Amino acid sequence: MAAYGFRRSFGGRIVLRCDEGERGMLAHLLRQLVEFVTPDEDPWGPGADPLAQLVGIDPDAERSDDPALARLFPDAYADDEEASSEFRRFTERTLRDTKLAHATTVLACLERSGDKLVLGDGEAQAWLGSLNDLRLTLGSRLGLEEDNHELFASLPEDDPAFALFHVYDWLTYLQETLVRALSGFAAELVEDDD
Amino acid sequence: MGYVGIAPVELERPETDSVTAPGTPWVTLVWNDPVNLMSYVTYVFMTHFGYSKDKAQKLMSDVHTKGRAAVSNGTREEMEIDVTAMHSYGLWATLQKDD
Repeated sequence: MAAYGFRRSFGGRIVLRCDEGERGMLAHLLRQLVEFVTPDEDPWGPGADPLAQLVGIDPDAERSDDPALARLFPDAYADDEEASSEFRRFTERTLRDTKLAHATTVLACLERSGDKLVLGDGEAQAWLGSLNDLRLTLGSRLGLEEDNHELFASLPEDDPAFALFHVYDWLTYLQETLVRALSGFAAELVEDDD
Repeated sequence: MGYVGIAPVELERPETDSVTAPGTPWVTLVWNDPVNLMSYVTYVFMTHFGYSKDKAQKLMSDVHTKGRAAVSNGTREEMEIDVTAMHSYGLWATLQKDD
């Protein structure tokens, strides 16, 4: 993957340069993310409690057995299952909807753009959220720990985890450059119209 | 999705915490994880809590080196709002009574 990443332009806009292959990879990952965070069953189908639906309560929300989903939707109480369970019923549906909205926004950006993507502020937040969701999901799938990144980085090319880790690494680079562009940690400016 | 054995809820949530002891402080804890970037965690603390860059970096550093850090305190309801926000940013956060 080419190392361009996000920059803030002289005009203050957040700009990403990426080629067709990279955009295709991002779109592919985001469509998988959308499928992943969409609830298995719609708790608000026919016969659902209209009041619960109105305030975003999901009576069926529960902690997932899938470690990646459990990481995206964690317990809110470390040692109180009952309180965590109740918190989840009140918040998880909204959290899922937020993640879906972020992914949808990013997909729309990719569809309308060529090699140069120019983001509005709201769109940059959506990108930040989706890049993090993708990294949390891939990190969980890979089994990344605090001290095994080097191990993954040195995998031989024929290892099944090789490609996945390099995608993860690329997403890390994208997120890091986006955080920098948003917070101005480094004044890396590019021409608006180059 | 599989059922993971959470006990049926009989709504015995102790609301007395906030009723009988309105000053009882609760805290939001953010836990270390191997994925979230240090720059991103700092950015989230600055953006959501309005902390200075120095304070945000100190808290991020505590999360990273000590495994967790209390990033805010207040009523249980306020901490539930903060935890919800941290989850929406993808940070691993919990709330509990401040011991």
